[in-house]
Amino acid sequence: MNTFAQAYQWVNLRYLLEGLWITVEVSVISIIFSFLIGAVFGLLRYMKIKYLSLIVGFIVDIIRNLPLLLIIFFTYFGLPNILGVRFNTLWATIIAMTVFESAMLAEIIRSGILAVDRGQMEAARSNGLTYWQAMYHVILPQAIKKMIPPIVSQFISLVKDTSLATIIVLPELMYHAQVIYGQNTNFMIPMFLALAVLYFIVCYALSLLSRFLDRKLSEA
Amino acid sequence: MFEIFQNYGSQLWSGFGYTLLSSLYALIGSLVIGTLFALFEISPMKPLRVIGKIYVEIFRNIPLLVIAMIFYIVVPQYFAKIDGFTAGTIGLTIYTSAFIAETVRAGIESVDVGQMEAARSNGMTYIQAMRFIILPQAIKIVVPPLGNQFINLVKNSSVLAFLAGFDLMYQGNIIASTTFKTTDTYFAVGLLYLIITLPMSYLMRYLEKKWSTEGDEA
Repeated sequence: MNTFAQAYQWVNLRYLLEGLWITVEVSVISIIFSFLIGAVFGLLRYMKIKYLSLIVGFIVDIIRNLPLLLIIFFTYFGLPNILGVRFNTLWATIIAMTVFESAMLAEIIRSGILAVDRGQMEAARSNGLTYWQAMYHVILPQAIKKMIPPIVSQFISLVKDTSLATIIVLPELMYHAQVIYGQNTNFMIPMFLALAVLYFIVCYALSLLSRFLDRKLSEA
Repeated sequence: MFEIFQNYGSQLWSGFGYTLLSSLYALIGSLVIGTLFALFEISPMKPLRVIGKIYVEIFRNIPLLVIAMIFYIVVPQYFAKIDGFTAGTIGLTIYTSAFIAETVRAGIESVDVGQMEAARSNGMTYIQAMRFIILPQAIKIVVPPLGNQFINLVKNSSVLAFLAGFDLMYQGNIIASTTFKTTDTYFAVGLLYLIITLPMSYLMRYLEKKWSTEGDEA
């Protein structure tokens, strides 16, 4: 028990919480970017614009089917060779997460819109609404209800996946835990326990939020 | 990129083999464990339901990397010696089983009980009803999400790179750091992942579409 008390002394806890802060920061920025880009890509693919939608769809499918870890490596080690600029670990992670997650979200958003009955659009159009009016007032409000659970579980994956950025030495939660048990191997079990608890709290809070939104929207 | 394949082809394909092997083991393992916990979750006994629920919620909300690292670092230190490949595959199995439990539970709950009763009262035996009525429907519900889980497994198996698991990502990193041709190497590695995941994902989308429209007509 003494090991636990030592492992959880304030210096270590503060260091873990600093890591958690980076995890949250990376997650929030990536969530915002990837939601916006994912929405645009999802809509573009749904709208069936000649060539453009095909190209967007192809890119989305390729990125979705690659491991995120590979995309992180590529952004950090490979991309500087092509672009000639080197990102720091924070931005490399944010860029990699955004690229991967916006592809995942684009697919969720597209299938959410597809799940709305086609008759809805036809009915709205024949009642005199323009395409965008119908989209905004009729289709999207219904689609969003179907999209919220998968979107939030995608965000949960995103938070969990930030742990992969330890490999490019982003100072987030997982990395900070490794630093602590690297100094004293007795701290291994307490650190993994702390990791499990901290990640669980963040992710479970998100899944409660998803359930809350789901209930709220089905009442409306 | 072709140069990488020419010079390091055997290394890449060996990584490809380990990735595929780890994903297959983990798929089978997580199917068994996931189904077990799905049955727990819908069991009439409350303690079992609670156990099932706790298991699923815990492992869905903890990163795969944390689970895999526990088996790679903590388990060898205190319990038994296991190598990176085994540790990673066990981690993948446990992580994925929580997702499969949810899929299977939803699948079971969506098959109507009346189907079996109707088949039996039309004179079919239990086996006949299972074979001709229940299973064909259950497979259509369960196969597309399970296929998607397999795609996720192949992608997630890249955490083996953290654990010296000899998988595709691990071999790719070694090649990248010895040749300094990082861009080419990662393109080659990506191509090999896509060979498995891209056809799988188009097949699953096709099946999902085909089977869901069949349902509409009926």
